[in-house]
Amino acid sequence: MSDTSDALANARAAADRIIKAKRLNACLTPPKELRSSLLRQAQTVHPSGVLYGMPVAIKDNICTLEFTTTCGSKILEGYRSPYEATAISKLKAAGALIAGKTNCDEFAMGSSTEHSAYGRAVHPTDKARVPGGSSGGSAALVAAGVVPAALGSETGGSVRQPASFCGVVGIKPTYGRVSRSGLVAFGSSLDQIGVLGRSVHDAARVLSVISGRDPKDATCEDRDSLRLPTVPESLQGFVIGIPKEYFPADLDAGVRRASDRALRLLKELGAAVREVSLPHTAYAVPTYYIIAPAEASSNLARYDGARYGPRFDGSLDVRAMYRRTRGEGFGAEVRRRILVGTYVLSSGYYDAYYRKAQQMRALIAQDFRNVFDRGVDLLFTPTTPTPAFKAGEKTADPVAMYLSDAFTVTANLAGLPAVSLPLGRIKGLSIGGQFIGQAFLEDEMLEAAYALERVVAAGDEV
Amino acid sequence: MAATGGWETVIGLETHVQLRTRSKMFCGCSAVFGARPNTNVCPVCLGLPGALPVPNEQGLKLATRAALALGCTVHARSIFARKNYFYPDLPKGYQISQFESPLATEGSLSYLSPDRGLATATIERLHIEEDAGKSLHDRFPKHTAVDLNRCGVPLIEIVTGPDFRSAPEARAYLLTLKQVLEYAGISDCDMEKGSLRVDANVSVRRVGEAALGTKTEVKNINSFAYVEKALLVERDRQVALLESGGSVVQQTMLYDSKSNEVRPQRRKEESHDYRYFPDPDLPPLVLRPEFIAEQHAQLPELPARKRERFVAEYALSVTDAAVLTAERAVAEYYEKVAGAGADPKAAANWVMGEVLADAKDHGERLRVQPGALAQLIALVKGGIVSHQAAKRVFAELAERGGEPRTVAEALGLVQVADSGVLAGWVSDVLGAHTAEVGRYKGGEVKLLQFFVGQVMKASRGKADPKLTQRLLEERLAS
Repeated sequence: MSDTSDALANARAAADRIIKAKRLNACLTPPKELRSSLLRQAQTVHPSGVLYGMPVAIKDNICTLEFTTTCGSKILEGYRSPYEATAISKLKAAGALIAGKTNCDEFAMGSSTEHSAYGRAVHPTDKARVPGGSSGGSAALVAAGVVPAALGSETGGSVRQPASFCGVVGIKPTYGRVSRSGLVAFGSSLDQIGVLGRSVHDAARVLSVISGRDPKDATCEDRDSLRLPTVPESLQGFVIGIPKEYFPADLDAGVRRASDRALRLLKELGAAVREVSLPHTAYAVPTYYIIAPAEASSNLARYDGARYGPRFDGSLDVRAMYRRTRGEGFGAEVRRRILVGTYVLSSGYYDAYYRKAQQMRALIAQDFRNVFDRGVDLLFTPTTPTPAFKAGEKTADPVAMYLSDAFTVTANLAGLPAVSLPLGRIKGLSIGGQFIGQAFLEDEMLEAAYALERVVAAGDEV
Repeated sequence: MAATGGWETVIGLETHVQLRTRSKMFCGCSAVFGARPNTNVCPVCLGLPGALPVPNEQGLKLATRAALALGCTVHARSIFARKNYFYPDLPKGYQISQFESPLATEGSLSYLSPDRGLATATIERLHIEEDAGKSLHDRFPKHTAVDLNRCGVPLIEIVTGPDFRSAPEARAYLLTLKQVLEYAGISDCDMEKGSLRVDANVSVRRVGEAALGTKTEVKNINSFAYVEKALLVERDRQVALLESGGSVVQQTMLYDSKSNEVRPQRRKEESHDYRYFPDPDLPPLVLRPEFIAEQHAQLPELPARKRERFVAEYALSVTDAAVLTAERAVAEYYEKVAGAGADPKAAANWVMGEVLADAKDHGERLRVQPGALAQLIALVKGGIVSHQAAKRVFAELAERGGEPRTVAEALGLVQVADSGVLAGWVSDVLGAHTAEVGRYKGGEVKLLQFFVGQVMKASRGKADPKLTQRLLEERLAS
């Protein structure tokens, strides 16, 4: 067995890089605390693990013992979890170093990491732009070469969208592939921990470690951890569906060019490419923005100042305490979603909104099954309708912000795995494309991603 | 009676019963009552960020058994739902319950109504839920303390139709329900510990009226003793209101056992929109047919069935059979005594008499071994010990155990059936009571019992009473 010197060297280097990348506002952990924790971890880390010495940054909505878990919210300022997420335990058991907590939209609600109580995170190559969100801090740190991989979380695209904006790989596993225990809930039926990595391989090997059954999560499937596929010689025999709804007439020209180039490459790799239709796609964003806020309104009820987190005391009565704590502790976007969620679950509105949305969700999932039943192995689409947008561009218009999730929310609603990888650049801004796979067939999906990644020349202008 | 001055009471009950599991419904914490505040807690039942519920298998088993014991249809698929409301003793801001798709529906429970004889209550639904914590308003001045030990403790809620026509009838149902649940080992049904809680929907209507009156919900009935009182108070309140030309407002009434009054719950405290929706943390609860069948097989013979069998098998009266089957441990004890060869009727009298009396004084423990009691009964039947002496033997067996015959001998309680010895006591008694002998001979024959009593006294209870009587009759006739 090796001694801990490799891990120590990695820990020191990672701490230095994170501190140097301060301008990104991507890491919420104070530098001194981060450095001393990394050095301490390096001395005790398990030397035989498959991720031995690898620093992995963690989105701040995943509970860790090493650092506070604030979810980018004032209402959890200084909160230390007395237990850690299953994914974190698995990373540590595999020898990884927990490399600080990353900035995110408050409670993962947002697509730009502008809705953080701790300031917005910055795009790694264009400081005027957003890194995407809500896992924007994780994406920015990976893109800046600070860490090889980071954990994020997805409810409606919060790993893939920032991966696409920042030019890194982002994997959202099948719902139930990774334990949610210790992932602070936003929309429980949609939430999954995902991985951002420099490469498909880096992201996939972290995913493999954190995946698998967990008796602490009743929605986590009773399956072994994901086996890593090998890089395929070709994509001969793969049938890749191109859903026309993801290529609307007004699609950003650069995004279209990058996607078209990727499709040509997929054909050259031997894949059969076939146009398909997912007819209920247009309803995905409204469906998502009913179900996710409904669940959020209930999931976030616990932040009331009574037991943990700051209490903004009204001192009149318990209701006044709730009002002040929740009114001042939550940011505007979180309050907006709690209001929407409360409304759609209220008696008299439940049938018109929540129940309808559930029915639509079932139809969206059925769309995918229909396509897969007809011999399609995977779908390929752009990850986002546009490259990274400017900070402040969409904060005044929530609906415009919500529409940036149009291509990602479908996989969450259907519970399917998806991976976003960089396809090329337009004026220096990265464009991402995604494969959407069949439930629990991440290995097939990752094979295609490996093959495309090898030939796509993602650094090039398209 | 069912109606008072032309009014009929209509009552439906919602009973919350704590399941007898070692751990809580959705985490591994102990569900035991009475621990120091906030010691039986973990991230799950504290509702800490990121913690998730996982159903307790034993809780599911007991809930299913309860549903089967109440003749319900157990659904192969039911859904956990969140009941959302804010309260400091509800750490997640919602309670995990079941709403649109409960575990079980359409059951029934037969009970003996004091008004109508054998009656049947319909069980509309039975669902699983978790308990909330406890707010203590009187512990610290001007502060409310919260104890979360009870948070997540498994409950079932059993909802009847509006089937009861009087407060005593509602109480009779409740006692029968308690009996069934105790029998099946589902709950200890202790109202004082809060493991059985009941809310009642109460309305009144004119006798003969088909439509139901406006109902109120009576809460905070926290002991069996108060069930009838609370319901009667609310019935009287509604009748008085209606007779004075007023109308009943649909609201929640809280019963105050100290003043024996009901008062409306503050408006602000109710008017909840609970915003029920399926709990996304818990997949639909799917029960395989084999699981349900297994739970069915685990059910013991329930009290109604057992009572019928006791009447048929042991030729007991319905009343005696009801007393003997009221508690499962007593019924099983009785069957062991009868099974050990004791005369069933004598065994019934012993169990209902000495055994239950002794148990009452000794923490419900059945202290005499059933085999020993059967032997003791045989000793009485064989004339070896008198009935009176047998009670002393029983008391000794209860205190110190032992073998009945040996104990009777050691206490000198084996009856003397030796006519020589008896004749000596008879001569002594007749010699000492010459006046009474004269009166007897003058026709006052009922004095015979007086002489028997004197002989028993002289023998210190050891004389065989039948033989003594015969000897006395012979001597007095000469």
